[in-house]
Amino acid sequence: MFSWDLLIGALVFGLLLGCFYAAVSIGLSVSFGLLDVPHIAHPSFLVMGGYATWWLGGYGWDPILAGLFLAPVFFVLGVVMYRIYYATFERHGSDTGLRGLAFFFGIAFIIEVCLILAFGVDQRLVEAVYIGKSIDFTDDLRIPMRLLVAFAAALLLTIGLTLYLGKTYMGRAIKAVAQDQIALSLMGADPVRVKQWAFGIATAVTAIAGALLIIIGPVDPQLGRIYIGRTFCVVVLAGLGSMSGTLVAGLILGVTETIVLTFFGASWAPAVAFGLLLVMLGVRPQGLFGR
Amino acid sequence: MSGKMSGKMSGNMNASAGSMGGNNRIFVIGCVGVLLAAIALMAGVKIDYVFNASFVVLQFVVLASAWNILGGYAGYVNFGTSAFFAMGGYSALFMIKAFNAPLLVQILVAACVAGLLGLGVGLISLRLRGIFFSIATVAVAIILETVILNTEYFGGAKGLQMMRPEPMAPFESYDKMLFFVMILMAITAVAISRYIERSWIGRGLRAIKDNEEAAECVGVPTLKLKLIATVVSGALMGAAGAPLVMYMRFIEPVSAFSLNYSVSALAMPIIGGTSSWIGPVIGALLLGSVQQIVTVTISSELNVLIVGVLLVFFVVVAPDGILGLVRKLRAKGGTSGAAGSAKGGAK
Repeated sequence: MFSWDLLIGALVFGLLLGCFYAAVSIGLSVSFGLLDVPHIAHPSFLVMGGYATWWLGGYGWDPILAGLFLAPVFFVLGVVMYRIYYATFERHGSDTGLRGLAFFFGIAFIIEVCLILAFGVDQRLVEAVYIGKSIDFTDDLRIPMRLLVAFAAALLLTIGLTLYLGKTYMGRAIKAVAQDQIALSLMGADPVRVKQWAFGIATAVTAIAGALLIIIGPVDPQLGRIYIGRTFCVVVLAGLGSMSGTLVAGLILGVTETIVLTFFGASWAPAVAFGLLLVMLGVRPQGLFGR
Repeated sequence: MSGKMSGKMSGNMNASAGSMGGNNRIFVIGCVGVLLAAIALMAGVKIDYVFNASFVVLQFVVLASAWNILGGYAGYVNFGTSAFFAMGGYSALFMIKAFNAPLLVQILVAACVAGLLGLGVGLISLRLRGIFFSIATVAVAIILETVILNTEYFGGAKGLQMMRPEPMAPFESYDKMLFFVMILMAITAVAISRYIERSWIGRGLRAIKDNEEAAECVGVPTLKLKLIATVVSGALMGAAGAPLVMYMRFIEPVSAFSLNYSVSALAMPIIGGTSSWIGPVIGALLLGSVQQIVTVTISSELNVLIVGVLLVFFVVVAPDGILGLVRKLRAKGGTSGAAGSAKGGAK
């Protein structure tokens, strides 16, 4: 049954959710899109951020505050990860394909299993003043506060990172290393240090995105698998390394997903992102705003 | 049992490694030896658990060998082993429900369906390489899982319970029959993977792994080779999944499409060594046996963790797996490195 109210509701939800999808993907957009690191473990870091937020929530922390607090911790984690990756694979150059992929796949799997061992397979929720309330526009259109808060934070995060990469000295260095690493080292900058900083930033942003993840809905250890589809879909759709494209791609995914959800049922949701990703890879692998 | 198996298999490895350039007779004798040992075991042992545990280990021998054909030889990393495996299981379920077909027919149909899926994935590899190919295989797995979840005929999310028929004539119990079927499948898979490694197909696939453009330029039929690899690899994975319904007496999407299959199928060859057919066999026997022991003595979550940790450990510390370590040791020992030269001869 088709109704305009349903469609408008789906569109509004989709736009709000889409912004959130952009925020959870923007870390990957830096690490995979700009740095060419096959970071399949990105969604696992996201879920880990969600769990850390939940854990801090147990001590009465507000989720967003917890996310901001976790960002520096994750920054260090990201730097360490990149150091290991660099020392093991990038420095030697050859045959990073299979091993690099297997490395991150293994890391993702370890994170998932450790979360299960530590917290069990049950879903976890956080509490905050804005969770559980909603703003009612009409009888059919009720927008939960949690979605609005996550939307606003996601928008700030995405725009903030885009500005950082475009306007600051370090941000431009990161973009430069993505374009031409040798040229950067000729300018007297150390590409490895720039990349390590960029990977740290990407992971720190992922921590904040993880906090948003648990604001949006309950989190369980296996959620990372679904988010492989969503994050890579957004990054590929955007075109590797395109920051403004990430926002547009997130919105496209959000709207597509909520429309399918509304008219076909929630059980089809996981296939949407992966389907869109496959179509995109088949038709236009360089993405909408690809280089 | 699995300990005994690995003893057999490693004896087999030494034999084939010692023979320069590929002595097929020793390989055949080894296979017959394994088969005879299995028959002796079935005649002598009454405890069904032995066969259940060995069944799982052998299943991983098939999956790891199948994964290695595409991942190890050609360098295309498949993260979606569970898709092929589960499609095999669900094809078997369909054959049971629709035609009440016997196990052998179930396996053949499962292999065909998964082979077709492999053909589809092979066509994807026309355009996608590296991480994009790998992500596409994850996508295929999740999409198929969602489709099965939403199909009432296959029991949807709740799954379906199935009754086991009576075991066929020479077998006393169904567990023994499944075990025997799986050991035949494992030998077939290993033989196929060994044949591919040593034939022109294997040489072509290695050329693709080293440099696909260069291979294409010197006239290696890359498309044909990639399609052969994806179809054979997929069909073997599907065949391995076919007996799942009868083994579990139950099938349900989340466990059939479990990520554990994908991770194990990738971890075992990498731990054993991807360059040769024996690597996945060593990895699967070793890791599979350890998993069975840990599941019984400690916990089933921990055994999954072990796979992940070992995978990362080997990728970082010993990229050529156990085979590479053995080769290094031999080279150091000064004993002219029979394994190394046999492998060099194959390359």
